Amino acid sequence: MELFFNPFDNLLCILLGISFTVWFTLLLVFIIVPAIFGVSFGIRRLYMKTLLKIFEWATLRIERGAKEKNHHLYKPYSNAIIAKEPTSLEEEIKEIRRSGSNKDLDSATEFEMSDIFYFARRGVESIMDDEVTKRFTAEELESWNLLTRSNNNFQYISLRLTVLWWLGLLIRYGFLLPLRVTLAFTGVSLLVFLTSLIGLLPNGRLKNFLSEKVHLMCYRICVRALTAIITYHDSENKPKNGGICVANHTSPIDVIILASDGCYAMVGQIHGGLMGVIQRSMVKACPHVWFERSEVKDRHLVAKRLSDHVQDKSKLPILIFPEGTCINNTSVMMFKKGSFDIGATVYPVAIKYDPRFGDAFWNSSKFGMVNYLLHMMSSWAIVCSVWYLPPMSREEGEDAVQFANRVKAAIARKGGLVDLLWDGGLKREKVKDTFKEEQQKLYSKMLVGTQEDRSRS
Amino acid sequence: MGSRASTLLREEEIEEIKKETGFSHSQITRLYSRFTSLDKGENGTLSREDFQRIPELAINPLGDRIINAFFPEGEDQVNFRGFMRTLAHFRPIEDNEKNKNPPATEPLNSRANKLLFAFRLYDLDRDDKISRDELLQVLRMMVGVNISDEQLGSIADRTIQEADTNGDNCISFQEFMKVLEKVDVEQKMSIRFLH
Repeated sequence: MELFFNPFDNLLCILLGISFTVWFTLLLVFIIVPAIFGVSFGIRRLYMKTLLKIFEWATLRIERGAKEKNHHLYKPYSNAIIAKEPTSLEEEIKEIRRSGSNKDLDSATEFEMSDIFYFARRGVESIMDDEVTKRFTAEELESWNLLTRSNNNFQYISLRLTVLWWLGLLIRYGFLLPLRVTLAFTGVSLLVFLTSLIGLLPNGRLKNFLSEKVHLMCYRICVRALTAIITYHDSENKPKNGGICVANHTSPIDVIILASDGCYAMVGQIHGGLMGVIQRSMVKACPHVWFERSEVKDRHLVAKRLSDHVQDKSKLPILIFPEGTCINNTSVMMFKKGSFDIGATVYPVAIKYDPRFGDAFWNSSKFGMVNYLLHMMSSWAIVCSVWYLPPMSREEGEDAVQFANRVKAAIARKGGLVDLLWDGGLKREKVKDTFKEEQQKLYSKMLVGTQEDRSRS
Repeated sequence: MGSRASTLLREEEIEEIKKETGFSHSQITRLYSRFTSLDKGENGTLSREDFQRIPELAINPLGDRIINAFFPEGEDQVNFRGFMRTLAHFRPIEDNEKNKNPPATEPLNSRANKLLFAFRLYDLDRDDKISRDELLQVLRMMVGVNISDEQLGSIADRTIQEADTNGDNCISFQEFMKVLEKVDVEQKMSIRFLH
């Protein structure tokens, strides 16, 4: 028996050894070495084009299948489902009253029972379709991308499609996922190790130079760990020292995407665990702005530390996400004014993900971080575009809120996102009563206003 | 993973809802998707909290009254059928519907039913009468703190005086309909679908 196993054992060991070596050499040559030097073979773009062709075919097959069975296909509507007229409260209530009475408007009564129609209709409209709640769930896709998580027409799949889907599953979980996990592991450990090493050097030009190179290299490895295919536009507007870089927030991956193209000082809360280890070693190589949990509540302290950092021109530009939470990349929500109050030049950046290859949005109320990373690493790819917008400064007579809104509008326009005034915090909290009070005030003016006119005449 | 449960809505159910409410197939599946996205507890019904999570509804002065319209007397959960039945009041009245054979029961989006929806927003205790007190309460919801009690009281008194024909100091549904007989209810209480 032993004789029988030994040669097999040896053979097995040899085979395993060879495949490991081949695997690692390929990894090194095609992925890690280019990452170190910042060049690309173009493999990922080719991969992307092939995938697109397959997706188109898959969608056509589903549509054909549904037509054959004479069933209705669930069609996702990325735009609104109901027609909402943008008339104001005053206009609409006047219209309702006009249609209901023969008298002309000046001698109209203050209150009509029909006024309630306006509120009823607006209320039911918002129940059918509102602008806010749909920003906190993943965007719906028009074509299927062979991931069950984004398919609603699953029952119309033919045999060929099922085979393709199984193949896709095998490739994603059997080949891509282990590859990516290895890369991520490599990237993160290199980052921690090398930055700690650099931290031992005395402060100076050599340290800064090395720190930059190390950071860029490790982030590039992480980018490849997610198979992220990023297109940078307008790189001449890249943020400079002493400025604040501001971007829309969709997922924690945003950081990796931006930091692989330039060096930034990160801002955030110190976490425990692995995150904390990474944060602490990063700050040894170059100054980032990490806050303790207790310090985060103190607005003045935060503002002071940020402005101190910004005034030191030798320090890297700060990277901030003013929405404060992850939004699903169809819109930009209210920017918190803190970072716009400091008085530094703001470099806006718009990030738009292509949802066809993998949904990058992190629904933090539904999925934890590990679950999210697993989703990310088992998608096809992360494809996104980054636009660097020209720098903006606060103008005369503009307060922080107006400045923040101006920057937000520019980012929304460039990225093709909807510009909303609503607060991203509505993901978890209730809306403030002040908005309701505004509506009540508007309506009251209509009732009381007419009384004043009457008393005059 | 990613349960957008249009698969959970059976064809027979869609047909029944179509007959009862008049919505089209695609409108029903679309609204079902909306229903499930509002249903955070994923138990097939909506509670009042699920509605209040919609910011645009929460800032509507009559938000609570509208939410109440979805829940039958004494109940705290509404299922998809009930949801659709209430939304059906706001379906536009199509011209060709008038030409077809009139259905056995009055459609949910008829002029009378739209007015009944509005009437019930005023009628807080569901006794089919709008008393002075109820009118005052609803007015108070609409104006907030911006108008004094006396002014509001006189507005309520005048409204009841103009509408009340049988002298019981309350507005019945018939009197309500009479006051609003010239208002373009069909257009103002209808929501148009884009597809």
